[in-house]
This record gives sequence, structure tokens and C-alpha cells, in this order.
Amino acid sequence: MKVFMLGWEFPPFISGGLGTACHGLTRAMSELGVEVVFVLPKPFQQTASDHVRMLTPLQVKPQTVSSTQISTSFVQKELKHVTFHAINSALQPYATPQLYQQQIEQLIHQKATQEQLKAIGGMEEVRHWLSQEPSTMGQPGNYGGDMYTEVHRYAASAVRLSMQEQFDVIHAHDWMTYPAGIAVSAISGKPLVIHVHSTEYDRSGEHVNPLIYDIERRGMHAARKIIAVSHMTRNIILARYGITGDKVEVVYNGVERNGDASQYNKIGIRSDEKIVLFLGRITMQKGPEYFLMAARKVLEVMDDVKFVMAGSGDMMHRMIEMATQMGIGGKVLFTGFLHGKDVQKVFQMADLYVMPSVSEPFGIAPLEALNYDVPVLISKQSGVAEVLHHVLKVDFWDISEMANKILAVLKYPPLQLTLREHGNFEVRKLRWSDAAKKCIKVYQEMTQGG
Amino acid sequence: MPSVCFYFQVHQPFRLRHYTIFDKTPNYFDDFRNASICRKVANKCYLPTNRLLLDVIRRYEGRFKVSFSLTGVVLEQFQQFCPEVMSTFDALAQTGCVEFLAETYYHSLSFLYSRQEFVEQVNMQMQLIQKLFGQTPRVFRNTELIYNNQLAETIESMGKFDAVITEGADHVLGHRNSNFVYRPPNCKNLKLLLKNYSLSDDIAFRFSNRQWNEYPLMANKFAAWVNRINGNGQVVNLFMDYETFGEHQWQDTGIFDFMAHLPREVLNHPDNDFRTPGEVAEAYPAMDVVDVPHIISWADTERDLSAWLGNAMQSNALHEVYRLEKLVKQTRDDQLLADWRKLQTSDHFYYMCTKYFADGDVHKYFNPYDSPYDSYINYMNVLTNLKARCEQALPGQTPPGNAAGQ
Repeated sequence: MKVFMLGWEFPPFISGGLGTACHGLTRAMSELGVEVVFVLPKPFQQTASDHVRMLTPLQVKPQTVSSTQISTSFVQKELKHVTFHAINSALQPYATPQLYQQQIEQLIHQKATQEQLKAIGGMEEVRHWLSQEPSTMGQPGNYGGDMYTEVHRYAASAVRLSMQEQFDVIHAHDWMTYPAGIAVSAISGKPLVIHVHSTEYDRSGEHVNPLIYDIERRGMHAARKIIAVSHMTRNIILARYGITGDKVEVVYNGVERNGDASQYNKIGIRSDEKIVLFLGRITMQKGPEYFLMAARKVLEVMDDVKFVMAGSGDMMHRMIEMATQMGIGGKVLFTGFLHGKDVQKVFQMADLYVMPSVSEPFGIAPLEALNYDVPVLISKQSGVAEVLHHVLKVDFWDISEMANKILAVLKYPPLQLTLREHGNFEVRKLRWSDAAKKCIKVYQEMTQGG
Repeated sequence: MPSVCFYFQVHQPFRLRHYTIFDKTPNYFDDFRNASICRKVANKCYLPTNRLLLDVIRRYEGRFKVSFSLTGVVLEQFQQFCPEVMSTFDALAQTGCVEFLAETYYHSLSFLYSRQEFVEQVNMQMQLIQKLFGQTPRVFRNTELIYNNQLAETIESMGKFDAVITEGADHVLGHRNSNFVYRPPNCKNLKLLLKNYSLSDDIAFRFSNRQWNEYPLMANKFAAWVNRINGNGQVVNLFMDYETFGEHQWQDTGIFDFMAHLPREVLNHPDNDFRTPGEVAEAYPAMDVVDVPHIISWADTERDLSAWLGNAMQSNALHEVYRLEKLVKQTRDDQLLADWRKLQTSDHFYYMCTKYFADGDVHKYFNPYDSPYDSYINYMNVLTNLKARCEQALPGQTPPGNAAGQ
């Protein structure tokens, strides 16, 4: 079994759940002896919205650089069955069309990066390429230098790569890779699986971007099988995208054991104050305003609490303003985007992790919190609520109940203790190897069933 | 010669309403939910079963007998929400074939935390039974059949009882069986009646289980099992929740028909009869001493306390509620005392049980909360308010220790 996987982000560049999921799943598949050709957009500059510093390129040895310069190939030592191809592209997992536009413009205005821009491929070239192979690309890109074009240009590059590879199935993760998946499937004749980590309805509520919705819908209809990260997501796929139930399988994400209790004690940086943590993108989907409103209610009852908002996103400035307007500015800390060691540190300082997401297809961060022995409060509108029992759950809009539960964790130590003990145990049952096995079963059914 | 001895447990807790830390009002209980559950169970179980038993008792003219243990809190709820249930129990009491047992008024775990409170609650329940049914109980059963040697000693020292009831757990009986009357060590007169859990659970749990190889259970088959004890036992103690009839085993399982036919099938054998626990204690001598140094109960397969005291939340909540005893009693406020005592009902702690929680089983069926964590939070919020009320009622007095949970 060999998989042509259209994925995202690998360590140390992980900026969210999508990258974590791709990494965890691919690694588990590799351990199970499945060969994977992993194709991902090559990060070409630091993102505009956060302050991640990419000091080193991927820890890789460039093996071959294809003659067309569309990709860099490499292997990671720990993953012996996986080959990587990083396609030069401006795509990023959590970008929005607007953000993408800003970045492209920024690039164009920076003379220093003109070379880089060339490296990712000028639009003229792409258009030329696309117009030569319209059948593979669907519509030629008419959008100019926008995200939709880039998604299709990326597809074109993926097709080129795929022609040099042998594989049995194509597995595409989230909408930006669906056109690539469709195109590679059309050229190779191999079945396509798409893996839905989130939908446009999760990201944008009812204000869906019709262009993105269209790409998602086409991907879902073109795919032989769809993998949804939760029943919640499966329901959205059935209700909103006109897919029949027999086509959609639910495969829950897993988590790698990274919590190390001995480290937890060693670091021991604890102030007298209690710390309640929000960690995630500060966007509408993640419900940051509900976190702040609950924080205000908590502070009415209890004073020695700090609320930490770790992450960045398009609502960050509004949230800073909101905290100030509510008069709790001094109690809320914004850290910006955290990664690696800083994530670990902030988890280890936290007394409670809160995920008030409005619509969360799965939610890997709560698993990580539990791994770090941090009790968890999640919204009932999250896929992960389907698999976790030893956590607190609340409707995202129920500010009063959210505050009530936050206060309970801070005031009643046995609650924290019991949640931690059972939660840490429960989270160990969610393994990537199980997720990988389920995916492999889906592949097998497809390839054997014709 | 086995005497069939039925004892039915009748209990409903005062369930708490949703109570957040922001709530300040001192009404803690969910009257609407409690009333509707009480009426629902009354219609499915208490009323039809009481009527059935009345009918059978009359038909057999004194040869069919049963016993009940009614908690004070369920009687309060009957009086408040469905008085018609009270009149059927009253009618049963009048037949002379029904014995009422003693237990703690609040179905509490007070024996484990405060002997003084325990004795007060037992006396309260006995006074209520005397007032309502004109009987003074002579046999004691502790909440959830929680028992050890010390309980027996405490009960004997009260000087009011002939016998105590508990679980016939294998690990305390060893090679012996539950079909005889026994004696606790260090007790002079008190006798011990042990539940025959196998035959009791055939009715209470397995009756409608189609996977069970004895399904369907008919009255004649069950009577044959009773007859088999002839020669190797004097009594068959069938102890179960009264809600078995119509609530746990629905009417369409045939449980009522089973019960209607059982007396005839049992009495067909000339050596068999029905006796109440008090009569059993009087009729049969204690055959041996059963030593129970560690606590047992009738719950789950463990037959221990882990359903109420299995995690840190449960032990904390129990500890905190009993720590308020002195403070609450100092206030001499009847309302505070009643509220505090209703918070001692064991069900509150059962809801906090994390055992099997993820598997979703019998524990879930009886649980008004989505999770044990929600139930603990709710309980602690109520307790925090109760404590604040006590402190308000006793200005200037700082209690020993800290606030509940703080």
C-alpha cells in the first residue's frame, strides 16, 4: 500500500491542529509499514500575522531537486517509509483569502523578496502551464494572484510530482488540497480520499465564502471516500454538502504522549495566582469573546486569577480592546503565537485549559492539555467532546455556566485532582496508531472494492 | 422448610436543582423534577405494586407477608407529591402482614462519619414510621446495606432491635450460605439476616434479560429453586429495590404476573412459608458468627463503598458536609438542619462516581447529571451557600478550619 498524501506542516513548523494531525497520522502509518509520499507546501516566509521565527529550514537533506524546480524532496529519519516533497507555494493552513492577498502584496513590494517570488512561480508561468493542461486543472485560474489561483497552481505542481510516483490511493487534507487531490486522481486513475479537518461552516459560521464552499463541495463529491474527524463534522458534511452517509467515515484524531510529569515538577514556575488558559487561533471559530465574558464573571467572585490568551488571529486586537473595555485588561495576558517549548511552558503553568469553540470539528489542543496534566473545559460544540468523558463541558454561549465551572476548578481542588487523574488516563486511549489503522482500512476497502 | 422473606427498599432522594456559584437563594432542591419523578415512579411502580401486594395478601389470608424499608425523604415526597401512595402503604400496614424496617431518615452515610448524627436520623425515621403506620421497627437496615461489626455493635447498643440486614457477600460467608440466621461477633442478642443475592438478583436484575439462559423466569421455576434449599437452609432472603417492579423491570416483562403467581407456587410445598425479617429473627436461632471487620454493601460487583467513596471528589464532598455538623446544629435553625440533612443522602455522592462513567451503564440510568464532575460542582456550590448561611446565623463565630472547598 502506497499513499500519495497531500498534507500540511511538519515539525518544527507546526502552527495548529492540521499540521499536528498530518504528522501524527503519517508517522503512525509509517510505523505500520505503509509507504507515504507526503506532499506539502513549502513555507517560504514567516507568516504575517504572528511572530514565529523560522530560524532553521526543515531538518532535512535535500535529496534531489526536480528539474522543474517545483519541489524539494527530502526524508525525515524517524519516518522511514515516507518521502517528502515540498512544493514551493504561498499556501498556509489557516490563511484566509484576505490574508493571502496581503502577503502576496507584501512580497511584491519587497524588492528583497523578488527572487523568492520568482521561486514560488510567477502567475504568468502558472497560467501558461495551466492553459496547456486544462483537463487536469478544471478551470484555468482567472483570479489573478489570489488564493484560489494558488490552490489550483498548487494542484498543477502536485500533478507533475505525481507523475513521477507510483501509488495506490490519494489522501488530501482540507480544502486547499482538494483540487490537487481531484487532479491527481483524474490523471492517475487512483481513488481519492479526502480528510475533513474542518469545513467552511466551522470557520465562518453562516457567512460562508462561496468559492471555498464550492471547492470543498467538489472535493467531497469527487472523492471515493470521506474521512471526518468527528460525528459533528460528519453531520455537517451530510447536511450541508449533499453527501450520503455511506461515503463518510469518522476517524478521531489521536495524540502523542509528550507530557512528562517529572518535567512538570522541575519547572515549577507558579505564581500565587491561578492561571486559566485559552490556546488557539484568536478567530471567530474559537470563541475568544466567550472566554473573556466568562473571565469577567469569574473575576467578580475571585480576584487572584489571570487569564492567558495564547495565540494569534484576526480577532486578537478586538479581544485586547474588549478586555480593556470590560475593565479586566490587567487580568488578561495576550502572548501572541506560541510554539514548541513555549506551548509546553504555558500548559505547565495553567490550572485549567478552556476551549470555548463555537464550532470545533475535533480539537487536538484539549488532548495536549490533558497530556500535560491540565484539566480541560471544552464547548459541547466540539468533536472532541464525543470522545472525552473526563472533562468539563459547556455550551459555548453559556457564559454563566462557563464561569461557574472555571470557578469550581479553581476553588475545589479535588475536582482538579479527579479530572487530571482520569483525564490523563483517558487521553492515552486516543492513539494515532488507531486512527492510522482506520484510514488504512478505508484505503483497503476502496482498492479492493474496485 | 425455607421461609421466603421479602424486603423491598423504597427511596427517592431530594435531587438538587442546577445551582451555580452565583446563586444566592437558599432553595436547593429541584421540586419540579422531584415531583415528576415521584409521580412517574408512583404510577409505574409504587401504586400498581402496592395494589397487587394488597390483593395477594388478602387472598392468602395471612400466609403471604412482605416488609418495606421506607426512607424519611421518600415519605416526605409521597406526602407532598403523591398522597395516594401514602394511602396504599397505609392499607398495607393495616393488613398485619407487612413489617416496616428502620433505617436512617435521610438514606445517609452518617454511620461512617458521625455516630451521633446516625442515631438521631434512625430515631427520626422510626418516629415517622410509628406515626404513619403505628409500628415500631424491630429490624434495622443501613443505607445500601452498608455494614460491618461496628454497625452491629452500635445497633445493639441502641437497645431497640432484634436483627440487622446486610448483603450475603461471598467473601464474608466463605463456605457458608446466606440461608441461615447468623450472629455478629461481640453481640449478645442481635441477629444477622443476609441477602441471598443470587435469587434476589434473578428477580431484580436478570428477570427480563433474554440472554440469560434461565429466561423466561416463571413463578413455578423460581419456587422450584426455593424448594431446592429445603434441607440446607431455613430462610431465603429476597432483598431488592421496590422499583424492580414496573420501573427497572417494566410491566410488559411480566414482572407483576410473576409476583402475583409466586405465593401460590411457593406455598404449594407444605414446608414453605413467608415470613418478615422480624419473624425470621424470632423463629430461627443463629447458626454461626459472621465476622465482618471491613465494610461491605450491596452495590456493584465490588460490594464495597467505592460507588460513594471511590474518588477524591466524593470523599471531599462527604468530608465537607459532615464537617458542618457542629456549625449547623449550633444555629438551632430547623430549616438549615433539614437542608443540611437532605444533602447527606447517599445519592448525591453516587452521582459523583467516576467508576464505569465512560462505559455508560447502570450508574448513568439513575443519574440526573451529564457527568460526575457536574454533580460535584453543583453539590459543592450548594454546600458553600449552606455554610455561608450558617455563618450568617452565627455572627462573630469563626468555625474551625476553612470554608467548604477552600
